[in-house]
Order: sequence, then C-alpha cells, then structure tokens
Amino acid sequence: MKYDAEVKISLKKGMLNPEAATIQRALALLDYQVENTATVDIIKFSIEGADKGIVKEEVDEMCQRLLCNPVIHDYNITISPKEE
Amino acid sequence: MKVGIIRFPGSNCDRDVFHALKLAGAEPEYIWWSKRDLSDFEAIVIPGGFSYGDYLRAGAIAAITPVINGIKDCVKEDKPVLGICNGAQILAEVGLVPGVFTENQNAKFICEWTELKVETSRTPFTSMYKKNEIIKMPIAHAEGRYFTEDLKKLQDNDQIVLSFESENPNGSIQSITGVCNEEGLVCAVMPHPERASETILGSDDGLKFFKGIVKY
Repeated sequence: MKYDAEVKISLKKGMLNPEAATIQRALALLDYQVENTATVDIIKFSIEGADKGIVKEEVDEMCQRLLCNPVIHDYNITISPKEE
Repeated sequence: MKVGIIRFPGSNCDRDVFHALKLAGAEPEYIWWSKRDLSDFEAIVIPGGFSYGDYLRAGAIAAITPVINGIKDCVKEDKPVLGICNGAQILAEVGLVPGVFTENQNAKFICEWTELKVETSRTPFTSMYKKNEIIKMPIAHAEGRYFTEDLKKLQDNDQIVLSFESENPNGSIQSITGVCNEEGLVCAVMPHPERASETILGSDDGLKFFKGIVKY
C-alpha cells in the first residue's frame, strides 16, 4: 500500500532560532506586533509499505539517520493513505 | 607523511589545505567522497566549503557518504582527523565530535579575522601551540554557532580546542569554536588554519595545525 509521509522538523524548545527572530523583526517593521515566531521545515514524500505502523517506523529511522539532528531538533511524523 | 584531503561536490578549501599541508612538509592527496578504503593514509583533513549545497543542514548529506565509513576506520586506528569549517560541521553531523554547529546568532554569513585562544595542546593539531596561546585565524561561515547539551562533559574531558578570545561573533556557547573527541585525535574547528598559513595572507598562525599532523 502507498502512503503519504510528512515530517515536520522544528528546533527544540529553548533553542535560538535566528531565522524566526529575523522574520519577527521584519514583521515589526511593517507594524505587526507578534510574539513567539517559529519556523518549521516540512519534508514530504510518498512511500510503499505493508501497513501504517511499519511505514512510520521506517520514516522515524530516516529522521534519526538523516533528516534531523537529534541534538537540536524535534520532529513529528504524519502518515496517511496516499491520495489518488 | 601521506595526508588525505576529502573532496565532496561543493568543497572549496581543498586546494588551500593542499598548499598548507605541502608547506608543513606533508604529502597531501585528494580523496573523492565515494572512496571507502582510506588505509593508505596516515591522517585525514576534511576541508571547508558547501558540500551538497548545505542542503538539509550544513554537513548532513556529506555525513552519510561512503568516505565517512573510511574515516571511521581511521579513527579506530588512532589516525588524526581534522575537520575545518564545513569539515567541522560534517564531523559533528557524523557524531565523531560532540555537539553541533548551527546558524549564526545574527543570521549572517560572517567572514572576518578572529582572535582565538588555544584551549588545549593535547591534540596533534594543537601540539605545537602553548595552552592559552592567542592566535589569529579567519572565520567564514553562516552555520558556525556551536551548541552542546554536555558542556560540562567537554570541560571535564578537555575537549574544547579553540574559543573566540575578544568577541564571540556567532553566538557559540562559551565562545567555543573548536572541539575534539575524547581521545583528542578527531578535531573540528570552524576557523580556517589554511587561510592563515603564510604571513603574506595576514598570519601564519594556522600553519602549526598542519605541522602538528606531520609531527604526530
């Protein structure tokens, strides 16, 4: 069965996010006063697998081996049946 | 002494490192990223650049190439391994040195001369400096802010190699900009010793990094 996988990668709580800080300052230049700006990377792909659990395990392994750096990142995996 | 210089698509300090190693009296040779067997070499340098366009994170993709397995074998055989700039980011991504080099605090690419303190002389690369010696070398990076969750472990094990002396341009924790593994034989530094290897470049303070390899 084919699934759509989505990995959301964010910085761990408390980690400095210079990109988000720059965006927040730029918004302030336009007179938008916002707080707690964060950026999140999303990586999407489709993948074949026997069931959702097995696919999720495999994607989790990808996160640990390549997609994320465990020192600074948290990640969230969403697996859903592939939309035709 | 035969020293391998690893080349990835996007490496760009490889020829500078070659020149500096020659000046130091080594026999440098380039190694392409797909080479798995590095048993011919007595030491390895991973030069700076933008391997794989810094996609994903600086060093993340280089960290899973075949040559990395060869480097891991060198580490097991107690051969010195030096990563400079992008090479340092790669060694951190592989986990051969602790922590990570991530986006600079001010979100800018910083290219400037820096004053650095040599924090330990126990690595081959810093063996020709005195502990606490102040040296001058340039930095050139956008992702050089050092971070680790285990600062105390680094201090207790004498794994801090270089730190910024006068100012901390990228926001690194404790101004750290060079670390090594517990054995002191794998060393990751963000400043460029090869760009400070002749007085005509503004400083030759970095040459001893390469002379130290030859001496080892």
